[in-house]
Amino acid sequence: MSADDAKLLETKGLTKVFGTLRANDQVDFDIRPGEIHALLGENGAGKSTLVKMLFGSLQPTGGIIEWRGEPVTVPSPSVARSMGIGMVFQHFSLFEALTVAENIALSMEPDVKTSQVAERARELSKQYGLPLDPDALVGDLSVGERQRIEIIRCLMQDPSLVILDEPTSVLTPQEADTLFETLFRLRDEGRAILYISHRLEEVQRLCSRATIMRHGKVVDICDPREETAATLAARMVGAELQDIRPAPVSLEAAPVILSVRGLSLAPDNPFAVALKNINFDVHSGEVLGIAGIAGEGQGEFFSALSGEVEQLPTGGTIELRGNDLSALNISERRKKGAAFVPEERHGHGAVTGMRLTDNMLLARHKSDQDSFQSGGGLGVIVRSAIRSATDRVNAAMDVRKGAPDPNAGSLSGGNLQKFIMGRELDRQPALLVVNQPTWGVDAGAAGHIRQSLVDLAASGSAVIMISQDLDEIFSIATRIAVIAKGTLSEPTDAAKMSREAVGLLMTGQTSDRAEVAA
Amino acid sequence: MDVWVSIILSVCAASTPLLLAATGELVVERSGVLNLGVEGMMIMGAVCAFAGAQLTGDPFVGALFGIVAGAAFSLLFAFLTLILVANQVATGLALTILGLGLSGMIGEGFVGQPGIKMERIDIPFLSDLPIIGQLVFGQDPIFYASIALVIAVWFFLFRSRKGLQLRAVGDSHSSAHALGIGVLKTRALAIVFGGACAGLAGAHLSLVYVPQWVEGMTAGRGWIALALVVFASWRPGRLIIGAYLFGAVNIAQFHMQAQGFGIPAQFLTSLPYITTIVVLVLIARNRRLTMINTPAALGQPFVPDR
Repeated sequence: MSADDAKLLETKGLTKVFGTLRANDQVDFDIRPGEIHALLGENGAGKSTLVKMLFGSLQPTGGIIEWRGEPVTVPSPSVARSMGIGMVFQHFSLFEALTVAENIALSMEPDVKTSQVAERARELSKQYGLPLDPDALVGDLSVGERQRIEIIRCLMQDPSLVILDEPTSVLTPQEADTLFETLFRLRDEGRAILYISHRLEEVQRLCSRATIMRHGKVVDICDPREETAATLAARMVGAELQDIRPAPVSLEAAPVILSVRGLSLAPDNPFAVALKNINFDVHSGEVLGIAGIAGEGQGEFFSALSGEVEQLPTGGTIELRGNDLSALNISERRKKGAAFVPEERHGHGAVTGMRLTDNMLLARHKSDQDSFQSGGGLGVIVRSAIRSATDRVNAAMDVRKGAPDPNAGSLSGGNLQKFIMGRELDRQPALLVVNQPTWGVDAGAAGHIRQSLVDLAASGSAVIMISQDLDEIFSIATRIAVIAKGTLSEPTDAAKMSREAVGLLMTGQTSDRAEVAA
Repeated sequence: MDVWVSIILSVCAASTPLLLAATGELVVERSGVLNLGVEGMMIMGAVCAFAGAQLTGDPFVGALFGIVAGAAFSLLFAFLTLILVANQVATGLALTILGLGLSGMIGEGFVGQPGIKMERIDIPFLSDLPIIGQLVFGQDPIFYASIALVIAVWFFLFRSRKGLQLRAVGDSHSSAHALGIGVLKTRALAIVFGGACAGLAGAHLSLVYVPQWVEGMTAGRGWIALALVVFASWRPGRLIIGAYLFGAVNIAQFHMQAQGFGIPAQFLTSLPYITTIVVLVLIARNRRLTMINTPAALGQPFVPDR
């Protein structure tokens, strides 16, 4: 048998049907030992469904899976693990209240003691250069460290196939480099690696083969090193993507919209981050991109700007066009011309169990009191006004929905995000603060949302965009600042920033040096 | 000296049902389920234990009836909340109301009948030792069971793999499911264990503490047990401290009434509840401690993927 024929895993006609949706439709896929194989596709293309079937979390509706040439069924993840398939999840399946060793022990055979697990984890972390303290509580660890737990947990089983789902989406460029070295090492040991990502640069750097999926079907299998990012993207989306660029701004000429001085905030729970003395200005026409790894204070920063947390009198000032906002609540801040789009769509940006018109009223009942309510103090809801505003937003943002006024929860992630963005943009706010605008949104909707942010800035408003996606930051931000450990770096012209410089700031290295100097 | 021994013995008797019910509920909540039906399961245990003892003449068989009744009653809760995914809070409250009513109906014929008391153990020589003899070697069997149970639960939760899995389910059921841990199975077993403990707690009331059947005889002890779990910040060891504190307050109230301190009896009766509120407020202030020990998935329903 030649090396080419030695397929580690192969699927033939694998199909998964959810109701009327064919999430996977006749998927033929294979992976060989010693290769890093990319699985490419937009959100909703069926990548996760395929991987879940390989790992035993979902059962296929039809088709077969062959492991080392033998047809197999994978009834559960534990069976997959015992076969030699390991998985590193995108959203970590970790338990914050347990220690690192306990977390790893949970995926091991029951007769292995937690103390042995800790010992083995220590060895592996040395062997693969992934520093990790087995006795640390996961709740206290950074996202990068949490991913190391997942990888070590996976390696404990000595797997022949390692599946990684969007592993770099939460890492700094430097952390990603470390991860890639580990992956090359695993490949050289003869393991197969299935690498799921939508970051084409990484895929071109790492992978020797790529399977591209669209609408549940495999549309192409190619060598990503022989393609360009543009040709790969076109195959993923099925059409050419437009390049979105912000209009240049002259900071001297543009008036300051928001001025923040000495913003500080104490953490309100053990897993929260304290904000320390944040200072910056945002000018008219600007998109200020705030980069950073997850959990470095973005959520707290957003809450402080939106007024969701009460600010102490010593906590600094937030001035919007000369009005001090720091003592105002969220509705009063909205009335002064600010608008906010939080990170979490379900339950924070929108109430999933309520209709779009109700969500419209909930967000704008104060700022649009005059048009949405009548009867003076009675506050009788004017349904017609809310309906026309909702229709306007849905048309402007191209929100695709199954009913005239569906529940927010029934929209797909991208469409709900477009609705929430549109709801705020419709007010023509002087300032828009948005946290992770395109997280988990497909490429088409993400393009639409980014374009609308650029358009808002071009109309003279200021936009603060908090994002973990460096591609997004570099594509539409005019200036870039980095949040790390609750402190914000000096905003710098995007054209003068390199990815490496942002990466260093993300790990807090320069700010540490500054502290030593001081 | 003898007065103090008898006071401590009565504190033990008052604390044991609280400790038993709270230990069961702690395991349930560690698995991420909030069962507010402790009061209902406890009273079902009390009436069935009393009935069992009356029918067979053996208090141990009666206690077994109580355990089985509590466990069976909790199965109803497990079915409604895990299989039908009903709201846990509402289902728990309904379980309490149903238990109080149903136990009244079952126990109608037993009202006023003299009970069969589960005797304290008597070890020759050892039980006759001064002070120690009565306290360590002369209590009722359920008292020893309650202490052993706390130790066993501590060992299970923090030293065994199955216990680790149970805590994992209570911390994040979706992560636990992704690892292949049976979330619903774990929770169902925890709920039944909680029911059995509540049933035994009820049995203690109607076989040792009182011993007779009075309608509504649990008198809010199930609710105190629920508060105790929070008081102990979901740690079994601290349950003993909490249960004995609440038990002592309960006994102190009787003695103060007898001594005629001039404090209204109603105020004294309400002392355990006031203590509960004070303790809840105090505990809520230490957020780090609460967040690390509180099962993060507490009260959240789990529906597995298709």
